Amino acid sequence: MKPIGQITSTVVAVMDDNIDTDQLVPKQAIKDTTRKNYGDVLFSNRRYLEDGRLNPEFVLNDFKHEGAQILITGHNFGYGSSWEHAVWALRDYGFQAVIAKNFNDIFYMNCINNGVLPVKLADEQCDQLASLPADQPVTIDLPQQTVTFAGQTAQFEINAFWKDRLVKGIDDIEATETFDNAIKKFEQRRVEE
Amino acid sequence: MTQTMFDKLWQRHVVAGDDGEPQLLYIDLQLLHEVTSPQAFEGLRENHRKVHSPERTFATLDHNVPTEDIFNVKDAISRKQIETLRANTKEFGIRFADVGSDEQGIVHVIGPELGLTQPGMTIVCGDSHTATHGAFGSIGFGIGTSEVEHVLATQTIWQTKPKTMGVHVHGKLPHGVYAKDIILGLIAREGVAFGTGYAIEYYGDTIEALSMEERMSICNMTIEGGAKYGSIRPDQTTFDYVRGRKYAPKNMDAAIADWQTLYTDSEDDFDRVIDFDVTTLAPIVSWGTNPGMAVPVDHPFPEIQNDDDKKAYNYIGLKPGQTAEQIPIEFAFFGSCTNGRLSDLKVAANVLKGHHIAPGVTALVVPGSRSVKNAAEKLGLDQIFKDAGCDWREPGCSACLGMNPDQVPAGVHCASTTNRNFEGRQGVGARTHLASPAMVAYAAINGHFVDIRKVAD
Repeated sequence: MKPIGQITSTVVAVMDDNIDTDQLVPKQAIKDTTRKNYGDVLFSNRRYLEDGRLNPEFVLNDFKHEGAQILITGHNFGYGSSWEHAVWALRDYGFQAVIAKNFNDIFYMNCINNGVLPVKLADEQCDQLASLPADQPVTIDLPQQTVTFAGQTAQFEINAFWKDRLVKGIDDIEATETFDNAIKKFEQRRVEE
Repeated sequence: MTQTMFDKLWQRHVVAGDDGEPQLLYIDLQLLHEVTSPQAFEGLRENHRKVHSPERTFATLDHNVPTEDIFNVKDAISRKQIETLRANTKEFGIRFADVGSDEQGIVHVIGPELGLTQPGMTIVCGDSHTATHGAFGSIGFGIGTSEVEHVLATQTIWQTKPKTMGVHVHGKLPHGVYAKDIILGLIAREGVAFGTGYAIEYYGDTIEALSMEERMSICNMTIEGGAKYGSIRPDQTTFDYVRGRKYAPKNMDAAIADWQTLYTDSEDDFDRVIDFDVTTLAPIVSWGTNPGMAVPVDHPFPEIQNDDDKKAYNYIGLKPGQTAEQIPIEFAFFGSCTNGRLSDLKVAANVLKGHHIAPGVTALVVPGSRSVKNAAEKLGLDQIFKDAGCDWREPGCSACLGMNPDQVPAGVHCASTTNRNFEGRQGVGARTHLASPAMVAYAAINGHFVDIRKVAD
């Protein structure tokens, strides 16, 4: 995983609450057997018209927001199925971070495990971020746990353990393999009991 | 120090890590299905890793399988996903219930049925409805594919211990009101995110009186209220259910002695407690596009309060002030990990017996597993459904999620025993209305929902 330090980018906002993983990725994409190339299917029901052309009404298709690497959204983001494909789609589309009013618990961990930084901010701050001019950059500083925008800096919380993994870009399984002895001991103790 | 059941279960499984930090938890059982596992196996292969404990892993096919002819997967992409799981389980030496096997079915139906699911365990699956298994007094939770891979490789997972919430459910369920209405009613009252950050335990005299299958329906939908975990203290009902099942412990007496220690010492141990009185609970029907958008059958749909409501009404084609009786039902679906078990089919068959579904209504009955199907056929339920005009199908997830050929057509209102009424969940443009199996059966007969408290005997 790529280490995360500072992310500076313009933002794009989809402010609905309860955006579920069914909305983030279509069923057909969930049937794939690979981990790559989900960018084109992100928000597909809203991004495309029935005939497959881009829906000009949907904010992700607005050229002013092209290249935005930070998504701003509402409450309970990533609600519903545990499909990690939803995070792969965000990542492959180019989002490095999601700033939400809050996240679904399973989805939050899927973000952490794929190096898409989940940032929870207060409702007012999310609403403010959503109304920024399209060309105004925002900076997320993970080591400092801050989001800087429009001349202000907001602090966000993230567990130190997850933060360390993201900052260093640690491979989860490799790290856990160093606990091999502890796992063996645990299994041994179980057998004895 | 007194503790909740969840704390006790958690503590038993900590391999490493300090309190208050993410901890490395040992996983007793991982269930796999074809949708969320291919990339995990691919990751293992790429990194030359093995499956740590194949004996703690069990795989089956459910999401993609066609239910009309389960052996004939016409969709090439579905077929590839199915064949991939078949090949992966063979390569890594994992038990696999293939189509046609007596053990195949929806993961959350077969786990308990086979006795794989037991009190005291930690159980994961790449599926948000894994909370179902908490009904046995275990920690069951849904995980993403990266975590599936992590558990396959190490039999452990890093998790932050959630806060705990007790949901005290009490009172006698009124006639015509079911376990499904408890969980739908709770989410309708508390919202779709009230459980975020919490592990929920359901308790109280109402819960104690429920069968295991009813308890599973409640724990199953915990995730729709935002919580990853939903559990119930194991008791005699639990022990009687587990005893004699294929993978149940050999020494049941010793196991039960241990399971009897799994309970919450005091209500005060929960971080939060919610009270839910069922004595006045009515059958619940969802009107909108998430499970919280639901009302008692005799209540009008709410006024539009925000953009979410507006969008939901727009999609579902209904108006504030209407009632469930006014929804024109053209499709009825019986099945899923929420209500696809034998007792659910019995309730529906009991309603449909001697009746016919309304003209213009299509009804699918999809048993949750091969074993449910066999048992139902032994009781002659299949004939009752067929005589009533329903399609009797092969086991799988079917029209719960529109990923296989079973889909609800666009614009059609479906009375459904499932768990999610999201936009497009049951098919592009499909309009889902969640309810109990009895409510769905009456809706199929009448072409609209009815207040079954007034008609059911």
